Amino acid sequence: MAKLGLVVDLDTCVGCHGCATACKQWNTSGTIGPLSDSDPYGRDPSGAWLNRIRTYEVGDTPNSKTVNMPMSCMHCEDAACVTVCPTGASYKRKEDGIVLVDQDKCMGCNLCSWACPYGARELDPQQGTMKKCTLCVDRIYDERLPEEERKPACVITCPTKSRVFGDFDDPDSEVSKLVRERGGQQLMPELGYNPVNTYLPPRNKKAVEVYEVKPSLGKTVKQWVNKVIAR
Amino acid sequence: MNTLTTDLPCDLEPQDLIDTLAVELPEFEPRESQQTKYTTCYMCACRCGIKVTVEDNKVRYIQGNPNHPINKGVLCAKGNSGIMKQMSPAKLRTPLLRKPGTERGAGEFEEISWDRALDILEQRLAHIRATDPNKLAYFTGRDQMQALTGMWASQFGTLNWAAHGGFCSVNMAAGGLYTLGHAFWEFGDPDWANTKYFMLWGVAEDHSSNPIKLGLKTLKERGAKFVAVNPVRTGYQAIADEWIAIRPGTDAMLALSMVHVLLKHRLIDDEFLIRYTNAPQLVVNTPGQKGDGLFYRSPVSEGKASEIQVWDLNSETFADASRADIAPALFGEFTAPDGTPLRTSMSILVDKYLDDQYAPENAARECGVSAETIERLALEMAHVAFKESITLDVEWTDWAGRKQTQFIGRPVSMHAMRGISAHSNGFQTCRAIHLLQVLLGTIDCPGGHLAKPPFPKHIPPGIKPAKVSAPNTPLKSPPLGFPTCPEDLVIDGDGKPLRIDKAYSWDAPISAHGLMHMVISNAVNGDPYRIDTLMLFMANMAWNSSMNTAQTLEMLCAKEDDGEYKIPFIVCSDAFHSEMVAYSDLVLPDTTYLERYDTISMLDRPISEPHAACDSVRIPVIEPDRDVLSWQEVMIEMAGRLGFPAFTREDGSRKYEGYKDFIINFEKEPGIGFLAGYRGKEGDKSLRGEPNPRQWEAYEENEGFFEFHLAPNQRYLRHANRDYLELAKEAGWVGSTDQIVIELYSEKLQTFRLAGQGLYDGPMPTEAHHKARLQKYFDPLPFYYMPLEEQRIDRDEYPFHAVNQRPMFMYHSWDSQNAWLRQIMSQNYLFMNRVAAEKAGIEDLSWVWVESHNGRIRVQVKLMEGCNEQTVWTWNAIAKQKGAWGLSKDANEATDGFLMNHLISELLPRKGDELDRVTNSDPVTGQAAWYDLRVKITPAAAGETGTWPTFREVKPLPGAKASPQALSYATHRNVNLKRPMHDILTRGEK
Repeated sequence: MAKLGLVVDLDTCVGCHGCATACKQWNTSGTIGPLSDSDPYGRDPSGAWLNRIRTYEVGDTPNSKTVNMPMSCMHCEDAACVTVCPTGASYKRKEDGIVLVDQDKCMGCNLCSWACPYGARELDPQQGTMKKCTLCVDRIYDERLPEEERKPACVITCPTKSRVFGDFDDPDSEVSKLVRERGGQQLMPELGYNPVNTYLPPRNKKAVEVYEVKPSLGKTVKQWVNKVIAR
Repeated sequence: MNTLTTDLPCDLEPQDLIDTLAVELPEFEPRESQQTKYTTCYMCACRCGIKVTVEDNKVRYIQGNPNHPINKGVLCAKGNSGIMKQMSPAKLRTPLLRKPGTERGAGEFEEISWDRALDILEQRLAHIRATDPNKLAYFTGRDQMQALTGMWASQFGTLNWAAHGGFCSVNMAAGGLYTLGHAFWEFGDPDWANTKYFMLWGVAEDHSSNPIKLGLKTLKERGAKFVAVNPVRTGYQAIADEWIAIRPGTDAMLALSMVHVLLKHRLIDDEFLIRYTNAPQLVVNTPGQKGDGLFYRSPVSEGKASEIQVWDLNSETFADASRADIAPALFGEFTAPDGTPLRTSMSILVDKYLDDQYAPENAARECGVSAETIERLALEMAHVAFKESITLDVEWTDWAGRKQTQFIGRPVSMHAMRGISAHSNGFQTCRAIHLLQVLLGTIDCPGGHLAKPPFPKHIPPGIKPAKVSAPNTPLKSPPLGFPTCPEDLVIDGDGKPLRIDKAYSWDAPISAHGLMHMVISNAVNGDPYRIDTLMLFMANMAWNSSMNTAQTLEMLCAKEDDGEYKIPFIVCSDAFHSEMVAYSDLVLPDTTYLERYDTISMLDRPISEPHAACDSVRIPVIEPDRDVLSWQEVMIEMAGRLGFPAFTREDGSRKYEGYKDFIINFEKEPGIGFLAGYRGKEGDKSLRGEPNPRQWEAYEENEGFFEFHLAPNQRYLRHANRDYLELAKEAGWVGSTDQIVIELYSEKLQTFRLAGQGLYDGPMPTEAHHKARLQKYFDPLPFYYMPLEEQRIDRDEYPFHAVNQRPMFMYHSWDSQNAWLRQIMSQNYLFMNRVAAEKAGIEDLSWVWVESHNGRIRVQVKLMEGCNEQTVWTWNAIAKQKGAWGLSKDANEATDGFLMNHLISELLPRKGDELDRVTNSDPVTGQAAWYDLRVKITPAAAGETGTWPTFREVKPLPGAKASPQALSYATHRNVNLKRPMHDILTRGEK
């Protein structure tokens, strides 16, 4: 048994969208692909993405902060999207907790996207089925990949290494340690879906000591004394 | 909680569990039809190593190469969108010739064969070369092959060549190379692994995209402090520990005020200054006389050259500054035996910056950062540099041959790029930041700012710009170089510019990267002269790469009275249907980065890391499906056809079969070529060695790159490290093993100032404005001055600074049209501080007029908190001309996006004086002053909505298919993971 998911570090995410496009390119030819696009070269281009970055400003000047917030499926333990699915296409894998959509059974009714409070499910505009994060189930168990690459595409690519993949049920896993040490937070836990993905809040600001100085010193260079220092 | 029981054995280890599960999963990938290939990304200027999975000549997946020195396996949003670059419907398919009788800009082309295209080009160029080679102006954009294109221009014999550095990075390159011998930009990096305090100045998303991101992560993990100085809080600033919302263009004031604080408390690294810089060197102090401000040198005597002097505290005499066995005085006034008054550079420096104008309370008024903050930042850095220093116990040999046992690290580092560079005071600002670094002793030491091989070089690098051009004759030196005195200017006997861009003229004497932004304007105005052919590679000069875009489009179509175009012939090479295509007469379709051979060479802008000399190649991973030829191949072909001496044998036959052959066999000097790795007949020599006929294969076998690691004793203080300098000389990176003495005080600048004062024994300007500019801006010590545009406009009338940047996911990419990236952004807004907007009565998402001295635009506003109150800004280069780039005519980029470029003039604001025709650039380096812009903002009238100005629609290219209205890209049919029957039957019950 495992509880697989992601830790996302909001202290280091610069909002570069690398994870979003890595996800798009891997998964468009992946098990849930293609991830289609409408009007890719026209007005208001849109498409199916499994991971999107939202950037918010929190608070008003002078107490404001910019936060970059990558959002993908949280692989909730009590996934409403699974419960509401009328065709049984949506399911949560018993083995590892990954929430998937069986593309052969999905009729694209959108109920799951209405049920999901995280905006994690998107209707593929060409395929007519729901698309969502698979945690790269087609990578993580693939023994033909080098072991260090058996991770979700978004994790491998992240240039600030703000994304970590692992088993939340294993107390010694990197994700469990990070959640403990950095005070990891679920997103909107009050809704009761028990999301697995966890966010690490920004670290407290680094305080640096200042060099202790005396208030007055010689004001003109003529008062400065040379030190004998060998070249 | 999940209480599911399982039939799996419960004593399995996690890996066993995965193994067990793996059995149940289908094979998702058609491995038999897939191949993995390594090459170098080109989605921007960062040049990451990529591992590309290809399936039936289509790209399945592009990932970062984990072994690559630049990106270490990670990849940004651009790199991850390479598939959509390859799939772009805007790819050019075949050479195009403007239809006879049609107007330039109308976009009426006929498709022609490569044979015909190359014949046309050859004929044109052969005539120019045989008559007046300077009639060819050859300028390149975002390419990274300047070693080849520069050599080509040199062999052609035209002075008129440069890449786009003049509107990009020259202030940073020159600022560093005239001070440290290395630089920010791509020539240096913070020591991410050891630094404890990092200050990032201005927009810096433009270069080193992934290394900076990796570095920031490292800093944060180690608990180092990250301070971001930037008028706008986006991108990297969002994760800074402290954001300093500085007023644009005043960074020198902030840096020098921190210098003031350090000096006031004498918090400087005396040892570093005495051993490694020219701070103790004696300067002649005779204002108003010839020789003032130059170094005091010993008289030439028999058998001994004249040498710069210092005062030796041991012997209490003057001594050669280069001697090892002395203790030079850092401060003091002295008198030479002939009575000449002298001061140390450091004394001049201390006097200058202790002046009240740089006191924090005065600096605060200028840069909008509080005096307390300025003082605190300076003292924080001093604390880290001097109280938290680190030592590495490593034996190394210094420049004088003395054994040393330690490297002392002052772990404060900085980085700066576009945000500093794109101001007309950027050169001196960059020097001011370097000065701050040097006073703290943080240069090329553990935790500080590290050079990247082949840097550091002697100051400045020893190449002088060519001055003489003659028919059918190669130039004697490259068109670009590093002047050290007025004699090096590229001007005629009357002091008039010899280059079309007026580089190396009195307008911009140290314009080491040329002034690409002036070429079209100057050529059309015949100032300094007319040209015949403008040849552009990968440069969108008809749109976002030009200042003053609307008028530039008119200039490109401007005609003489006889109906001939003022620029008679325009050639462009590009892989895509950019805006430049319609304004060209001959269009040569380039390959994409996944379809070409290429080198990222040590002779050019290499990908080295601080402790490893590196270069890399591109190797095609996809077969082109179009009639295209890489520009590299066109260059080699033309060089052969035109009979360039370096490319032909004595009998006139060609030396090189093509680009690959040229790269392997060309030697700049014996044993040194474009690629430093796998040299020698057996491929076992590094850095220097005879050509290896299997060099391309060797790179291919080694994942497309070469890495030469420096030994621990060669890794720091390389400006004064003999172990390193000997290697650097052997590798051809430096000309000698002499110590590289850091130049806080620049005598080279002073020679120009003397010329401006009429006190120089050599070329001197005759015009008053040139004299005034040299006197003011060629200060041998960095200083703050108000950016030039601000000096010439009414600051009350134009109260806002207007700056721009590109989003991280598009910076330096050619991919605004990328089907994935444009879903992230296809429209830009004018961003404005909420509080400032409320004061001005401007509402969120309202339409406003933005007006500068050069024109006005109508745009939509978005309000934000993280923006300096006197600043507005936008995302640059989102806007596109209707019909270009394969986008539909109602694409957001064409209807709602806008260019700030229309507001920026390539010339200084008009005042009816002699500066009216002078470039809107840094007066030292000619760096385009994109960020000097000042504007006023007024709400648009009711009903006035939509972006203005708009431009005519570009016609589709002949044979171009309509861009698809939907995409479902996949290299194979998906293997669906079916829901197990048991799970369906139990409805997933727990």
